[in-house]
Amino acid sequence: MEKQVILNEKQFELTLNRLCYQLIENHNQFEDTVLIGLQPRGVNVLNRLKIRLEQILGKPVVCGALDITFYRDDFRRRERPIIPSATNIDFIVENKRVVLIDDVLYTGRTIRSGIDAMMAYGRPASVELLALVDRRFKRQLPIQADYVGKTIDTLATERVNVEWKEVEGEDKVVLFTQERESNG
Amino acid sequence: MDNLSVEHLIGIKDLTENDIQLIFKTADSFKEIINRPIKKVPSLRDITIANLFFENSTRTRLSFELAQKRLSADVINFSASSSSVKKGETLIDTVNNILSMKVDMVVMRHPNPGAAHFLSTKVKAKIINAGDGTHEHPTQALLDAYSIRERLGDVAGKKVVIVGDILHSRVALSNIYCLQKLGAEVMVCGPTTLIPKYIQDLGVKVEHNLRKALDWCDVANMLRIQLERQDIKYFPSLREYSMQYGLNKEILESLDKEIVVMHPGPINRGVEITSDVADSKQSIILDQVENGVAVRMAATYLLASKIER
Repeated sequence: MEKQVILNEKQFELTLNRLCYQLIENHNQFEDTVLIGLQPRGVNVLNRLKIRLEQILGKPVVCGALDITFYRDDFRRRERPIIPSATNIDFIVENKRVVLIDDVLYTGRTIRSGIDAMMAYGRPASVELLALVDRRFKRQLPIQADYVGKTIDTLATERVNVEWKEVEGEDKVVLFTQERESNG
Repeated sequence: MDNLSVEHLIGIKDLTENDIQLIFKTADSFKEIINRPIKKVPSLRDITIANLFFENSTRTRLSFELAQKRLSADVINFSASSSSVKKGETLIDTVNNILSMKVDMVVMRHPNPGAAHFLSTKVKAKIINAGDGTHEHPTQALLDAYSIRERLGDVAGKKVVIVGDILHSRVALSNIYCLQKLGAEVMVCGPTTLIPKYIQDLGVKVEHNLRKALDWCDVANMLRIQLERQDIKYFPSLREYSMQYGLNKEILESLDKEIVVMHPGPINRGVEITSDVADSKQSIILDQVENGVAVRMAATYLLASKIER
């Protein structure tokens, strides 16, 4: 596997900062807005955004973590069942402006499940999507992000990892590419 | 992550400790879901489940049905009293007829020990045993242990006494297996006539004095006296049983610690447990019922993930 850093620590911070200001542009004081991070990795993005947003706005922002395991469309099509993470949402989304947050947007299937799962908490006024990384090719459903940290073009054989200071020790986005076999 | 090591849920005896922990971990998520405004997830929307009850049940049948519906499965119900079993059809024929309607999973209660195992060797569907005679009642044991874990933080190292009719109780046997696999110590307590002869071979303590048993334990699981399974007299009278083995406020308050009181239901108020104890803060009887739905959702979900099409 070849490794290529797409966002380094500095760019990573600038990107998150920009996303915060883009959210504020559209949501002003966040009166009716709630942020929902998708478990497990979207919650990392959410936690960072929440800290920065609250610094800028000087007030708390309503946030929740949503697990989508039981809403996935690949149940029984996988070798092993996926073990769920915790859902932690102590509010109702009825008439709220919801921003769903995930780290990587790729096929769009996770987001589809996320929208379904979120609807169990009421009927929101609107739903937007924020993705730190958008792998824009190979989408399998008609889903696009409203806020994108970085758009990249990738092949299906490649893999994108978002790494976090809290988890992996450093903030960065890495692209793994399979080494090509030489044809001689 | 792990998968269950079994293809059917026949008895706790067949499960590993990992299986039980996996079911508990999954049940934690379902418990959160059944406390949401919309208590339903679409996971099993292409699965059909038949509930076959050849023996009466209220709680278990409702609990299974609710668990299945909260997972979005299609459910058909069948009870022996209103069926062709009365006309002389065999178990295999009854079940095969139901399976030819494309059923993926069968939840069965049957008066004969081993009925669920027998069925699992003969038909293609996944089987969940909802009680087979005096043999096992795995989901009850799982929800009991889950409720202890919820109240006391862990099951390992805890002392649990099972009081009452051990001889006729599938709940007792499944509980003994389950608690021991999770590292708890188990004692059984009751009149000599209601304690099976070789029960010590399972590694449980035996005590005939309720007071001594309660002094020893952290949790007391009070079983119902199953008059319907007793074809001979095992004790002189219900009143005498109640005086010797009934749990009441006086004896609970005379203990130097607060123990947790459980009962698998249905309660015979005033026989194995008095009303004030059953409704007290120490009793987790209604938590057991709530957890029953979450645990049955978890077991159903994990088994359903093994269905092949």
